[in-house]
Amino acid sequence: MDRIITAGIAVVAVPVVLLGYLILGERLLERLPQRLQSWFRPYFWALPAIAFAGIFMVYPTIRTAILSFYNRDSTEFVGWANYNYFFTFPDTLLSLRNSLFWLIFFTIFSVGLGLIIAIMVDRVGYESIAKIAIFLPVPISAVAASIIWKFMFDYQPPGSVQTGTMNAALGTVGQQPVAWLVNKTTNNAALIFVAIWSFTGFCMVIISASLKSISSEILEAARIDGASELRIVRLIVTPLLWPTITVVGTTMIITALKQFDIVYVLTGGAYDTNVIAVQMYQQLTRGGHFGRAAAVGVVLFVAIIPLLVINVRRFQQQEEMR
Amino acid sequence: MSEVITTRREEVRPSAVSIALERLTLSIQRLPLHLAIIIFAVVWLAPTIGLIVNSFRSFQDMGNSGWWTTLFPPHGFTFASYQQVLNTENVASSIINSILITIPATVIQLAIATMAAYAFAWMSFPGRNLIFITIVGLMVVPIQMTLIPVLRIFVATGLAGSIVAVWLAHSGYGLPFEVFLLRNYIGSLPREIFESAEVDGAGHSTRFLRLAVPMTVPAIASLTIFVFLGVWNDLLVSLTYLGNSPNRPFTVVITQLVTSLGGGWQFLTAAAVLQMALPLAVFIFLQRYFVRGITAGSVKG
Repeated sequence: MDRIITAGIAVVAVPVVLLGYLILGERLLERLPQRLQSWFRPYFWALPAIAFAGIFMVYPTIRTAILSFYNRDSTEFVGWANYNYFFTFPDTLLSLRNSLFWLIFFTIFSVGLGLIIAIMVDRVGYESIAKIAIFLPVPISAVAASIIWKFMFDYQPPGSVQTGTMNAALGTVGQQPVAWLVNKTTNNAALIFVAIWSFTGFCMVIISASLKSISSEILEAARIDGASELRIVRLIVTPLLWPTITVVGTTMIITALKQFDIVYVLTGGAYDTNVIAVQMYQQLTRGGHFGRAAAVGVVLFVAIIPLLVINVRRFQQQEEMR
Repeated sequence: MSEVITTRREEVRPSAVSIALERLTLSIQRLPLHLAIIIFAVVWLAPTIGLIVNSFRSFQDMGNSGWWTTLFPPHGFTFASYQQVLNTENVASSIINSILITIPATVIQLAIATMAAYAFAWMSFPGRNLIFITIVGLMVVPIQMTLIPVLRIFVATGLAGSIVAVWLAHSGYGLPFEVFLLRNYIGSLPREIFESAEVDGAGHSTRFLRLAVPMTVPAIASLTIFVFLGVWNDLLVSLTYLGNSPNRPFTVVITQLVTSLGGGWQFLTAAAVLQMALPLAVFIFLQRYFVRGITAGSVKG
């Protein structure tokens, strides 16, 4: 009951306080000389956001980088020891390898399928219905998606009734059931597929939006000249979509690297399925080793830095075009 | 549209029979296309439908046969899973927690972001570009990079495990993206409107509250849906800062049940359906805003 009241107060109080901050602050600012006003005002307006970003993102990022050079409870400087551990211990190396799998296969398949489906549904009359079906998993949380797929991958020993959809399907074509999430040849692929299932609709919607902006005259002209549909897709549509594909692609790469929920819920990183993000959480909670956990976080961050640079560059180009 | 593919310009006028033949070959040619789309749609829909169907079956049925058998009589639908899950310890209260976390977190970050976005869009000041580029960069910084120091801040301030901690953390993590998106939107509003208001003597607070905010409502609406669902579906932030606290949300409780129950987790189908009911309802009823939010935010990391 208390929490309900707290939440209720917060919902009302935060906007009221902000409004008061704005109006009172502006009153004060207006008393200042013109020059000081235009100096202070922007900072005054952006201050709450800057403070939040500073406290919850900038400071912690720097702090984590520092902590990664310290020991378990951050009392002693240990140099590169935590990184040494990360790049030599088989368990952490395995999670690095798996994250690489995620990066490659998740990105290629979610973007690739998104592109293929967007192009295919563009050519049929029931486009919107087909898109809803593909998009449906997007709003579903990774936690719920994991439970959905726990049932899809369900495994019973050979001979008993297979209640999992995948193994039942295998049974109808006379194959032995597979323990998808335990078997080390299938489990990483299975986990990655859950994420592909979740994100293909996301990629499709964005690619589809940019597909609609390609002028139909170009396509008509190509068709009149006798180009086959496949050639049109390969030589005209895909190049025109390329900027969108790279944007979606970088987003998916970041999603792949940060992947936590699906692995954590479905296998907890067991049976050789661990990834960097889960590894970090485990170093933090199970291992209680802040230095090592921080080092894992830094590795993840360093992997993302190229994408950060790409994003900033793209932003600067967009700004120049404004 | 695609009839053009086989029609050549230099062709003589074809007879009725050949037109009919051509149409037939065309639709046969297009058969693989339809088939492929249908297969994709079925593969993408079946898992969710399977889960929903299973959530209305008895535990015994779930163990004895696949969900598809229920599609034929006798159906044997029951609410047993829902009853059990709602009677499981912490579940009912965690659903309330999810609401209590999500609504304030969404309100706080959007209010702060809109204000900052206005400043970045319509005020010029030294360091504006640098700060804004930092914000663009922060959009892709992984949350993992911040977990340890933020957790320590919460422990030091006594906020760890409290609902306030997750409001603040979610707000901090969400802000860069929201400021970025809203600044682009507010910045693209017509300059003349703001200038003429300034000439009429309207201060910045008036211009912000009377002009910028009302004209930004479409963007804020899309963003609200996006942020709301992001917080509702979040696992990592709550898992880290709330852990076993009685304030933990539904996603955390479901996860703990999945990992702690070896067998007999079948009733969690109902939990998953309850958890995804809200996002799916939002998607179905507010589809346009939802999709617009996603396409606008395609740079999000």
